[in-house]
Amino acid sequence: MSDTTLARPPVSIALVGNPNCGKTALFNQLTGSRQKVANYAGVTVERKEGRLVLPSGRKVRVLDLPGAYSLNATSPDEAVTRDVCLGQHPDETQPDLLLCVADATNLRLHLRFVLELKRLGRPMVLALNMVDAAKRRGILIDRDKLEQELGFPVVETVAIRRQGAAALINVLDEHRLAVPAAPTTGADLHAEARRLIASAVTMPQPTSPIDEAIDRWVLHPVWGLLILAATMLLVFQAVYAWGEPIKGIIDAAIQWLGAEVTALLPAGILRSLLVEGVIAGVGGVLVFLPQILILFFFILVLEESGYLPRAAFLLDRFMVGAGLSGRAFIPLLSSFACAVPGIMATRSIPDPRDRLLTILVAPLMTCSARLPVYALLIGAFIPDRAVFGVFNLQGLTLFALYAAGIVSALIVALVARYIGKQASEQALLLEIPAWRVPNPRDVFLGLRERAGIFLRRVGTIILALSVLLWFLSSFPTPPADWSRPAIEYSFAGHIGRGLAMLFEPIGFNWQICVALIPGLAAREVAISGLASVYAISAGDGTEQVLATTLASSWSLATALSLLAWYVFAPQCLSTIAVIRRESGSLKITLFSVVLLAFMAYAAAFAAYHLTGALQ
Amino acid sequence: MGLLSELPPGASGRIVDITAQSASDPIAERLHDLGFVAGEPVKLVSYGPFGADPLLVQIGFTRFALRRSEAARIVVNTEEAAHV
Ligand SMILES: Nc1nc2c(ncn2[C@@H]2O[C@H](COP(=O)(O)OP(=O)(O)O)[C@@H](O)[C@H]2O)c(=O)[nH]1
Repeated sequence: MSDTTLARPPVSIALVGNPNCGKTALFNQLTGSRQKVANYAGVTVERKEGRLVLPSGRKVRVLDLPGAYSLNATSPDEAVTRDVCLGQHPDETQPDLLLCVADATNLRLHLRFVLELKRLGRPMVLALNMVDAAKRRGILIDRDKLEQELGFPVVETVAIRRQGAAALINVLDEHRLAVPAAPTTGADLHAEARRLIASAVTMPQPTSPIDEAIDRWVLHPVWGLLILAATMLLVFQAVYAWGEPIKGIIDAAIQWLGAEVTALLPAGILRSLLVEGVIAGVGGVLVFLPQILILFFFILVLEESGYLPRAAFLLDRFMVGAGLSGRAFIPLLSSFACAVPGIMATRSIPDPRDRLLTILVAPLMTCSARLPVYALLIGAFIPDRAVFGVFNLQGLTLFALYAAGIVSALIVALVARYIGKQASEQALLLEIPAWRVPNPRDVFLGLRERAGIFLRRVGTIILALSVLLWFLSSFPTPPADWSRPAIEYSFAGHIGRGLAMLFEPIGFNWQICVALIPGLAAREVAISGLASVYAISAGDGTEQVLATTLASSWSLATALSLLAWYVFAPQCLSTIAVIRRESGSLKITLFSVVLLAFMAYAAAFAAYHLTGALQ
Repeated sequence: MGLLSELPPGASGRIVDITAQSASDPIAERLHDLGFVAGEPVKLVSYGPFGADPLLVQIGFTRFALRRSEAARIVVNTEEAAHV
């Protein structure tokens, strides 16, 4: 490094630290809402940058690096942190100043990483975070002594308290870049950390008694699992009970908007594009926003509080038996609401292979968008009758559809594990952090970020696809003397007829094939697709009329085949788009689509022919 | 002397060695980075509910969940039961 970089104030700062040191909270504190979240090119690691305005008016770029235990990287996240710190990252200039964050209650672990970073010989400042929690536990840290020993500024912070980083901001404002005292290479970092702690820290006991008391219940083999089940039940209940009404409101608003636009514009292409293409298409996906936000609210709270790693601890063995990892549990559970947030939640799985496998099986969890289709077909074809006195045949069918998804996910995971056997052993090595009360501001910023990602996608890819599907279903327009449904004359009608040959072996008629095309935008749109092929005009009781029509025009085998198809089929473009985004690989996305399509076809084929044979 | 994976819950000891299972065993390296080094006191706090796996291990101020195979790399001396 040349000397010209020194003795000037820093213009770019990178936050580095162990996971759970409060880095996110500190980053939020420093940059407030001036944040930009993106992905590093080619990897799924999140890149967060913000701007800090210092009291002197100077602006500093702040980069939040992924949490890492060591520069000896074992995950793509840690590799990004290592490369940026070393100045070897292709898209990132080396930051002027490394702002290390360490948890004051966990110094034995965190100081080692600080010392490892010090060896890089870069200008550094240490933020000693969570000093409030440390004080409560009677941990005394001699800041002056630590600063003297380390040879760079050490500042106490409380990232979750208003003004909790004021001292740090002042230090950064006055800071002039300097390299810490000649780095001692060769010395054992652990020994060095132990020595520093012995000289600057007094520590009454290693863990907090409250944490131990909570964990005795939460990690208990029986109570722990019951608490986990209760928590998950609460989350699901909330997603349905709170989400559905809001979803209804948004749905009503979209229909109102559609009606307004219809009334305002003359009939024609523009009106059709806006109402049937843009508003209906984008609206059909937008209605999921409340449920996604509620789900993410719980995930963020559980994550911030420290519960998620504990859930992973409880379920790891069980999930490993299925070829997955304990951390896959939450993403898979979320996928029952919608695979999109579920796949987004796989970011909490550090191991790339485990994460990929979770992404692959997440669409097999029955999402809520499949429910309307299931409900329609079950209502139309499965008799409402009691089985063995206690069960209801319709309910059992629904259960079987959910179970089919889960069982097939287990099979896929097991097969993948069998194939990937020669791959190296996967590590758990999961830190169980201290319990913390989640900070509302951090939860809010996290939610806003998720909502942003979702809305951006709705505004771009979903919008484009909706317009495309509208185009296919509306053009060419039929001649005036055309007496059958207009969609039959359109490209979608032709494609549907073309596809019918392919789908004939699984019992789909061409009407189903046509309806599946608009259903690509969102699964339940297939219902309105069916309504329009069977020329049932929208209005009250559409579903009832549709159910009767279907019951009289399809065989039971066809209905069961379509249900089986729906369990597996890659029928949702948003899911495919999010797989592409989160896996960062076109090959994996294609593999996933082909795999799901194959499973869907095979299952539908079996359902069709078995029903035919048994009847 | 024994393996961490064979301790009963509540038992503690001092780490003697980490045995790498190959020349470059990333798990052994990671254990080292996380503070599992000779001389550190460790305590086996409890087990997970299925098949007594993973193990909840306390080292220094930190708790980790280690799978049995991971903990089997850690050789501990229980005679020298340290206060953890
Ligand atoms: N008591 C206290 N809690 C904090 C402080 N900083 C962060 N936390 C909490 O510690 C937990 C982990 O923080 P987070 O920022 O998510 O850590 P990260 O994994 O390093 O990004 C969260 O629940 C925070 O609210 C602090 O200074 N004091």
